[in-house]
Amino acid sequence: MPAALAIAVTPVPPAPSPTRLLLKRFLASPVGAVALGLLLLLALLAVAAPLIAPQNPYDLATVSVMNSDLVPGSRSEDGTLTFLLGSDAAGRDILSAILYGLRISIGVGIASALIALLVGTALGLVAAHFGGQVDAFLMRIVDLQLSFPTILVALTLLATLGQGVDKTLLALVIVQWAYYARNVRGSALVERRKEYVEAAIGQGLPALRVMFVHILPNCMAPLLVTATLQTAHAITLEATMSFLGIGLPPTEPSLGLLIANGFEYLLSNKYWVSIYPGIALVLLVGAINLVGDRLRAVLNPRDDQ
Amino acid sequence: MSSGLPLLTVDGLTTRFRMPQGAVTAVNDVSFELQPGRILGLVGESGSGKSVTALSLLNLVDKPGQVDARAIVFKGEPLHRASPSRWNALRGDRIALVSQDPMMSLNPVIRIGEQLVETIRIHRRLSAADARRIAIDALERVGIPAPVERMQAWPHELSGGMRQRVAIANALVNQPDLIIADEPTTALDVTIQAQILYEMKRLARDSGTALIWITHDLAVVKDLADELCVMYAGRIVERGPVAELIRAPRHPYTRGLLDSLPHGRSAGGRLTPIRGAAPPLSRLPAGCAFAPRCPRAAAACGEPPPLSSAGGREFRCVRPL
Repeated sequence: MPAALAIAVTPVPPAPSPTRLLLKRFLASPVGAVALGLLLLLALLAVAAPLIAPQNPYDLATVSVMNSDLVPGSRSEDGTLTFLLGSDAAGRDILSAILYGLRISIGVGIASALIALLVGTALGLVAAHFGGQVDAFLMRIVDLQLSFPTILVALTLLATLGQGVDKTLLALVIVQWAYYARNVRGSALVERRKEYVEAAIGQGLPALRVMFVHILPNCMAPLLVTATLQTAHAITLEATMSFLGIGLPPTEPSLGLLIANGFEYLLSNKYWVSIYPGIALVLLVGAINLVGDRLRAVLNPRDDQ
Repeated sequence: MSSGLPLLTVDGLTTRFRMPQGAVTAVNDVSFELQPGRILGLVGESGSGKSVTALSLLNLVDKPGQVDARAIVFKGEPLHRASPSRWNALRGDRIALVSQDPMMSLNPVIRIGEQLVETIRIHRRLSAADARRIAIDALERVGIPAPVERMQAWPHELSGGMRQRVAIANALVNQPDLIIADEPTTALDVTIQAQILYEMKRLARDSGTALIWITHDLAVVKDLADELCVMYAGRIVERGPVAELIRAPRHPYTRGLLDSLPHGRSAGGRLTPIRGAAPPLSRLPAGCAFAPRCPRAAAACGEPPPLSSAGGREFRCVRPL
């Protein structure tokens, strides 16, 4: 009897939270861990740019033409600054420009991916919920959207809209929402056949609530992966637009614009002006993509071998 | 028997599915009455239309299905004319559903407690704390140990039996007048099944909730229900108080179901199965649907059998036992 009692009162250890489990599985892969670490580092550098950058590259008071085109490692004319990654034609410190550029690239990438996520998810759920003509109409727009190369659509939009942060964001959202809409619609159609949805409706929950509170959270896994990869895509696309001179204005210099700045000097041996921002962009996009891939493996246990 | 106003009156419930190959009538002219606090067993083989009957009563039949009835009256309210918003107000509040698969009927990404609280607060203006108390109480009533801790659990952390109890608790939280349970114990072990049956019967008695219990297993309902409806090919072929119906079935199909049960047989004795299989609903015979399998079939069975009633019992057979 005392033994049985002892067993009965043994407390059940609290199950680890799903988020912690997920993180643990994520970090089990060295590649995933390194990519996540790199991504966090880059994000931290971007956020802290005004604090840690050796120079504010867009404050004309601190930039001197006397320091133009310096080789990496040179000291500034007045001896106060070391240009670790060299300087450009206007005398700006490339390292500082990269830190500020990261900030803008990441900001625009995440903002556009988030807005596209909201728009696409809402429309995808609406299509799945109403079905029939609403579904057909929305999905044909998605088909149309996805049948054009994204770069062509973005180019056309920006060529007509003109430059600007808001316009670049708008163009990025327009070329991206369709991925989310199709993705969510597919998952939602699978989920709404499941019995918990019938049970929820049987509980008297209104259709919208079932859609957003019950079905949507069950579609999160593929959505999260799409969102990660689409953020990388948005950053690349924005860099391309800015490189071509139709994306962000020179007052908001992203990595793409920095690459464009030094592009013409590449063959005259001043490689650093373009190469270092280029490396930063590759590291950023690469890290996000690897994190996305790892996320896909972790969220879909069948793929996680 | 019919003391006072019935809780639910179903008259001529018919559910058709319009398919490219033609309409299929899954539920055909089903009529019954249910008194408050009584338990009605709805018995039939797979495909006999019992689940569709449940969904039709809750107005949950999806297109291309179409529900018609001369009348469905619930507490004096004609449900066959209710608006979608009225249905949302009734479902989960006055009429609750316990669906077929306990493993699947809880949302996998929402904690148990939140799902119960949601069901309460969607129908009643209560504070989160009050709703939580009701939810914990409901978990306790269905026999879940440590209900306060279980409120925080995810569905995947519970066993099948526990999950089914949660699903039943979810149907109980608003103290409905009617619970429709669609084979809720089929996926469970016999021991847990017996436990849940016992608890359901007690809950119905204690709270005055009427119950429609749908099952393919006559053995399950014969101890639980007050009244039985036996369905075959979309129709109720026999209806009556459970004791009389078991003791002296009038329809040969009911007799066949009873003969297939191992209860009350001497060991080593042979069971008598019903020959053949239920016909597909798209190709029903012209007369009695059971005639091709019936040992008593005669020429008269080629005509659709009328509903005969005698002494509080009804059956659809021209050559009754």
